[in-house]
Amino acid sequence: MADLIDAFAVALKAALGFQAIFFALLAIGINVQFGYTGLLNFGQIAFAMVGGFGIAISVTQWGLNFWVGVLIGLLAAVVLALLLGLPTLRLRADYLAIVTIATAEGLRLLFRSVSATPVTGGTRGLASFNSQFFALAPWATSGRYSVLGTTWSGAQLWVATVGWVLVALASLLVWALVRSPWGRVVKSIREDEDAVRALGKNVYLYKMQALVLGGVIGAIGGMVYAVGTGSAIPDQYQNANTFLAYAALILGGAARVLGPVVGAMVVLFILQFADTALRTLISNGVIPEGLLTATDVAQIRFVLVGLGLMLLLVFRPQGILGDRREVMLDAR
Amino acid sequence: MIRLLLVACFGLGLATLGPGVAHAEGEAVVGTLKTSKSGPIDGVKVTVETPDGKEIGTAETDADGKWSVDVPGPGQYVVTINSDDLPDGISLSGSDSRTVTVEPGRRQPVSIGLEDGSRGSGGGNVRAVQLLVDGLRFGLLIAMCAVGLSLIFGTTGLTNFAHGELVTIGAVAAWYINVQGGVPLIPAALLAMVVGAAAGALNELGLWRPLRRRGTGLIAALVVSIGLSLLLRYLIQIVYGGFSNPYAQYQSQRAVDYGLFTLTNRALVSIIISVVVLVLVALMLQRTKMGKAMRAVADNRDLAASSGIDVNRVILVVWMMGGALAALGGVLLGLSDQVQWDMGFRLLLLMFAGVTLGGLGTAYGALVGSLVVGVFVQTSTLVIPDDVKYVGGLLLLIVILVIRPQGILGSRARIG
Repeated sequence: MADLIDAFAVALKAALGFQAIFFALLAIGINVQFGYTGLLNFGQIAFAMVGGFGIAISVTQWGLNFWVGVLIGLLAAVVLALLLGLPTLRLRADYLAIVTIATAEGLRLLFRSVSATPVTGGTRGLASFNSQFFALAPWATSGRYSVLGTTWSGAQLWVATVGWVLVALASLLVWALVRSPWGRVVKSIREDEDAVRALGKNVYLYKMQALVLGGVIGAIGGMVYAVGTGSAIPDQYQNANTFLAYAALILGGAARVLGPVVGAMVVLFILQFADTALRTLISNGVIPEGLLTATDVAQIRFVLVGLGLMLLLVFRPQGILGDRREVMLDAR
Repeated sequence: MIRLLLVACFGLGLATLGPGVAHAEGEAVVGTLKTSKSGPIDGVKVTVETPDGKEIGTAETDADGKWSVDVPGPGQYVVTINSDDLPDGISLSGSDSRTVTVEPGRRQPVSIGLEDGSRGSGGGNVRAVQLLVDGLRFGLLIAMCAVGLSLIFGTTGLTNFAHGELVTIGAVAAWYINVQGGVPLIPAALLAMVVGAAAGALNELGLWRPLRRRGTGLIAALVVSIGLSLLLRYLIQIVYGGFSNPYAQYQSQRAVDYGLFTLTNRALVSIIISVVVLVLVALMLQRTKMGKAMRAVADNRDLAASSGIDVNRVILVVWMMGGALAALGGVLLGLSDQVQWDMGFRLLLLMFAGVTLGGLGTAYGALVGSLVVGVFVQTSTLVIPDDVKYVGGLLLLIVILVIRPQGILGSRARIG
């Protein structure tokens, strides 16, 4: 029983920590692109990577101010979105999907390559770029604090506080945007692109704006992650994470302002709970070593995500909060 | 003047270095001097210095052409060979020295280029021919895996992101049958093709046919295929493990010299198998009733159904064929690059590049496009480093979409 409560507390902390914030921001970005506009961006993790590395490279390699690094990361995300969108947004949805996933994988391979090592640190990545951020914390970052029965270091608490403020701001922005004329146009693009075009709107431009906005929100997520882990390593940005964010979005409810936030918290809670529970069961000998070892548990997370994604899409595409009529997705 | 650059080099089998070579723990620089015409070159003096000119040590190459110098610690060293010691007819192809960085605890191999004036038309061209042949092998392999992907897209409209896992399943199944089961690789590969066909059939019967019956949209189906891909990929990692393993046979083959290029026998056989299989597939599509039905369904499904073709049966055969071809491709990839849990996913992106380049949905387009992608990826290493060669292939994909989104053989109508 004590084990169960432990697992529960660990999972609760995961649902509130910087990882949940990271996936919430990724999913909010995807929500703008996929939920509202109908764009299949499968390379959201690439935006997070340029965001995180924007700070890391600016601070450690170029010796710039942390906040200049944030600006550079955001700028890099805008450039990436433009580069991806220019060739593909005029084509059918699956082309954007293929190009974005290919770009995300290609960028990761490029960042971890030997030739990029002088800039990105290669497979080892970069570290120690966030001191300026922690210097702003109103409490001692080395102290330990207890919140809701879980223990946090001051640094974790500071990242989480700033992160959730960012999530709230991003959600507020999305809420305001989708109620505006802009929001109505992008939702109409999702429903019937040709009808919108017939009304004289520049569909291409609206799609591009949605792609850039979603990408920038994803980049902010990547920054929270980089600051939270204290390092930027190319292999942290595996593209399976994009689909974890998709799972979070669809579970919470696509095309709902709070869908991605609720989804990210629930997904992180479930994954962390399963992770801890499995590890406990293995160490207690309930699950025999031959069936599953402790090192396999890390992979279980993505097995669950894949399974969840399939089951959700088939049986409940609207997720927890969604409206079924809004998520009857079709190819275009 | 016909010349050939022959690279003298490589401390490959470090543990098997000849007598007189120190095996002590610690950093060292090592290498071998030889060309294919002269064989190993002995008695050449090698000097190792620090970058600021302080001598660390010297060595002479032994009867196997090998040399080794221990260095005091990690860091940069300049290795110079005495070109006056080289026998007649052999000259340096570039500089007589190289600067290398030695990592902690590592015996750093150093290669210094030599020419023996034997054949070829200059080093660069021969390397280009070598890469072209490698690229053809790789492109044929991608094509074999991608034919199924393209036909599945053509007949059902599904962009199957889980196709890479069919490749991995084939390779891993063959590995279990071959290494754990002790069955020779050729029957193991045939069995793996059966497993691949079964996996394809299971895909269609267990998942995609029921989903089509439910009327699931294509985008939803695409996301489902992503979920399936994640599920299978990480399940394979749990079962098979995160390491890369070779097959039990055909591993230690020497490259055979064909004049302008060298090729191991397994690579040659891989090319032959791919060509034969692809020709058979083309004949099947062109001549047999089932092949014609496949092309008819891919072209216009409703028209095919109304002219009496059993569409579901055709789609099932497409899945089984695609699964078997992907499995065979996986075995051949495992033969050249070893078996890994995510090998299929890494190949998937190149398959997409090939299929898009050729034209989504066309079987011959997948073949042409994959060949171009394979050759492009390999020959791009002439100018870009080896570890970013896949990035070049993915860049090619994006460039194609800008210039000709319907691909080489595709029709405008498909791109929406």
